[in-house]
Amino acid sequence: MSEEQLQRDFQSKLDAEIRIEPKDWMPDDYRKTLIRQISQHAHSEIVGMLPEGNWITRAPSLRRKVALIAKVQDEAGHGLYLYSAMETLGEPRSKAIDDLHSGKAKYSSIFNYPTLTWADMGAIGWLVDGAAIQNQVPLCRTSYGPYARAMVRVCKEESFHQRQGYEIMMELAKGTPAQKAMAQDALNRWWWPSLMMFGPPDKDSKHTAQSMAWKIKRHTNDELRQAFVDKTVPQGEFIGLTFPDKDLKWNEEKGHYDFGDINWDEFYNVIKGNGPCNKERIKARRAAKENGAWVRDAAAAYAKKKQNKSTEKAA
Amino acid sequence: MSNTNDWPLWEVFIRSKQGLNHKHVGSLHAPDAEMAIKNARDVYTRRMEGISIWVVESVHMHASSPLEGEELYEPANDKIYRHPTFYDIPEEIGHM
Repeated sequence: MSEEQLQRDFQSKLDAEIRIEPKDWMPDDYRKTLIRQISQHAHSEIVGMLPEGNWITRAPSLRRKVALIAKVQDEAGHGLYLYSAMETLGEPRSKAIDDLHSGKAKYSSIFNYPTLTWADMGAIGWLVDGAAIQNQVPLCRTSYGPYARAMVRVCKEESFHQRQGYEIMMELAKGTPAQKAMAQDALNRWWWPSLMMFGPPDKDSKHTAQSMAWKIKRHTNDELRQAFVDKTVPQGEFIGLTFPDKDLKWNEEKGHYDFGDINWDEFYNVIKGNGPCNKERIKARRAAKENGAWVRDAAAAYAKKKQNKSTEKAA
Repeated sequence: MSNTNDWPLWEVFIRSKQGLNHKHVGSLHAPDAEMAIKNARDVYTRRMEGISIWVVESVHMHASSPLEGEELYEPANDKIYRHPTFYDIPEEIGHM
């Protein structure tokens, strides 16, 4: 079949909302875009374990502790679903991980902020996972089959993450003045970085147009951000917290909230590696790999020994 | 030697409950089948999604090519006499 014909078939599948599967022909750039997006997404899940892992030993009750452990374990699982989807495109997992550790690959900038108090566990679950859900639900219909299926699994599990976070915020907000202040401080610090999670404004987003045409992305960054603000502001007001944005107010005419300008210089600066925790996060990932090397080696050696024994027996 | 490349890729199939087929859910890396099943349990069944796990090394999977799909499945299309609606049965007979 000619390249042109293959291209036409590919496009007609997209037009008919038929998923693209691993062995189907696809344009090189579609493959590359997916490898970039899925691996970044996987890295974000894996690095995303670190800010919360920081608080597991200091969770204030057993109930909070088991929830946090389960959430962090889910994030490991989500990373693995996504690496698995990425490998169907022919990209080895080890290469993706090397790219993360060398700084070549990116991950969500939000995970480069520190978790200073227990309330940050609430704010992350409520806001960061809330924003992630906003992003991920439409990805359940993304055009590449293995990615869409991985996202279905992720979304099923993600709802508990947001609810446990909101519950933490709610409890702190009705606690002592000091506890309420702690919740407010966490909201103040996480609000703007959460809005940045949707990526640059549509007019500056270099990938959006092509990704929408390929139906990898279903909504633009600004659409998703607006939907998140509309959903989240009433949730914060309900528990008596305020948002650190003097321009935030309901716009009756538009049926949406208006909100203030986002500090995009900060966003690009964190992406470039200059956020508060970029170096610490990558250092922790590298150390995890290096310190676990002997375990992987031992498991491989044991597997080989067992295999040798069974071939001896057979012979 | 400490490269995950040393650990082969395994495809994972899960039976969600007794009476249903095993269904493909994804893949993972593991040094051997036993570890692949243990890892699959942690990665793919954290919420009682399954009661039985199959793993098979990905190199042992063989697949039809999507490009020859038409030739492969087309003949079934014109053999409509393989379907029950091809045959006329009087209404009085009822369901058959």
